[in-house]
Amino acid sequence: MTMAASTDAATPAVPTVAPAPERVGERWSWAPYLLSLPGLALFAVLLLVPLAMTALLSLNSFSFYGGIQDVWRFDNYLEILADSYFHEVFLRTFRIAALVTLLCALLGAPQAYILRRMTPAWRSLCLLIVLGPLLISVVSRTLGWALLLGSTGLLNQALMNLGLVSEPIEFMYTETGVVIALTHVLVPFMVLSVWASLQRLDPQVENAALSLGAGPSTVLRRIVLPQIVPGILSGSIIVFALAASAFATPAIIGGRRLKVAATLAYDEFLNTLNWPLGATVAILLLLANIVIIVGCNRLVERRYKQVFE
Amino acid sequence: MSYLVLDRLTKRFTSWTAVDDLSLTVEKGELISLLGPSGCGKTTTLQMIAGFLDPNAGRITLDGQDLLAKKPNERGLGIVFQSYALFPHMTAAENVAFGLEMRGTSRVDRDRMVANTLKLVGLDSYGDRYPRRMSGGQQQRVALARALVIKPHLLLLDEPLSNLDAKMREEMQIELRRIQRSVGTTMILVTHDQSEAMALSDRVVVMNKGRIQQVATPQEAYDRPANAFVANFLGRTNLLPGTVEHDQNGTSIAVADARWPVIQAVPPGPGALAVRPEKISFVAEAGLSGIVQARVFQGTQWLFEVETAAGRMMVIRQHDGGVLPNERERVMVGWRPEDMAVMPAQEAA
Repeated sequence: MTMAASTDAATPAVPTVAPAPERVGERWSWAPYLLSLPGLALFAVLLLVPLAMTALLSLNSFSFYGGIQDVWRFDNYLEILADSYFHEVFLRTFRIAALVTLLCALLGAPQAYILRRMTPAWRSLCLLIVLGPLLISVVSRTLGWALLLGSTGLLNQALMNLGLVSEPIEFMYTETGVVIALTHVLVPFMVLSVWASLQRLDPQVENAALSLGAGPSTVLRRIVLPQIVPGILSGSIIVFALAASAFATPAIIGGRRLKVAATLAYDEFLNTLNWPLGATVAILLLLANIVIIVGCNRLVERRYKQVFE
Repeated sequence: MSYLVLDRLTKRFTSWTAVDDLSLTVEKGELISLLGPSGCGKTTTLQMIAGFLDPNAGRITLDGQDLLAKKPNERGLGIVFQSYALFPHMTAAENVAFGLEMRGTSRVDRDRMVANTLKLVGLDSYGDRYPRRMSGGQQQRVALARALVIKPHLLLLDEPLSNLDAKMREEMQIELRRIQRSVGTTMILVTHDQSEAMALSDRVVVMNKGRIQQVATPQEAYDRPANAFVANFLGRTNLLPGTVEHDQNGTSIAVADARWPVIQAVPPGPGALAVRPEKISFVAEAGLSGIVQARVFQGTQWLFEVETAAGRMMVIRQHDGGVLPNERERVMVGWRPEDMAVMPAQEAA
């Protein structure tokens, strides 16, 4: 809005720039492609090629004595689609991812809003606390959670000493534990994403709503929230994608008993040595991720079309 | 009793005082401008009236009621922000309807009032557009309609025209004046643009460094600035040092080799006089002598720069066919005593 106004005001002042000579334009038109070539090459070698190889691998079959068989069939896909064990793992993966996304949105969006209203000194301190965990390796952070959540861990001891529970609550090797640890790992992404969309919010808009008689909670619900939906959505996409494909946290907190798609693929590759089946799990995880994210994106984008433009 | 009363209002921030002991009364139906350079405290004053800032000291009453006791959303004021602050996720009509919705106006009344107000600002056919799809001037009108539709006791305008280009600004000035006449709302306009303040206001409040310099009608402030700051801020002026003397003939001020009788009450001693360039003419006698340094043709007028013993002066003469001096020519400049403002030297600093 402000941008539109300033463009309008600036237009008459901008002198007409003479078009550059055509020869120069042609000579330079290759430069952007040449300049991005190293990046594109890196992208192709490190992402596209392995991805294609994984996709091809998933079509091979595996026999316990003969190893990987060089055939091209959809047997692995059919096996996963038919077996209820795999259904359970995938369902669990996306249940965890959805819960983590919801929790991150519920925690991260208010957190970003509160951060914005702080005085600059407090804000930078609190921002450091919020983003600080990103500086620590996921593995050590998750091991920290394992210490806290274990049956003799700090949390259970505190709860028992307070008399709130008579015997330890099982956090380790449960979905609850995985969700708690993943939310902690991923909430900074939500905060950053909502923070970015809050930066674009005209601070006077809230005052305008107040002056029109809206109470503070109405201002939040009717004015602020609709405008930060894009931020919450892009944060949700990041968090959902990272949660659904997370490996370290489910591996440590969930263990072998509570498998998710990523740990399943890992086990197929390294324990069963059934690479084709592992590749199939990985490809299906990728496809499901894309379908869910793109679908949700479309839905919300249509609903909040005006804010996105 | 006055409608809006600001009584000894003070706002201090950690390192400076933005508004210093400001008192002002505004009558019902009046359009008054707070005018001054950036950082003079005019916006801070507006924000305190709106309730977005709390004063450190002082009182604000509106129609006899204590305004400071109310929260911003209970004050019932209309505000037009510099950035317009439209709700980007709502159409123009939804923006305008928001205030009515908050007041619990029925759907039918709401639609009627929104349509009427959009018509008042000349946007009848733009109701279902989103702000992003509108020009700066149109957004400005939506902001005005949104503030007017709630029939506020007081309408506060914070630099409402500063984001528009010159042509649009003039159109909106006329529009704003027309609307103010037809609605009769009391308005306070904050602006740094002296021509805007003079064109729109019943009275102007010239502010500097958190203090009021002068409260007067635009013409009065222009013709009789209270001090050098007002004289300089409102258009171009010539400020000349002189000596104020009292004798049996009355008060007079001596400037270099010339002397003018003084109408205002000014204490004797060092003083200064301010006179507008267009009030000065070339005279045959009883004036200040000098040499024309430059003359510039500006279409409807000529601009002269004259070097005198009291300093360099600017003179504007109409391009009406009369004989005017050339460059390097020795001239004498003079003005009528009622066309100058005389002030003690310390106020001219």
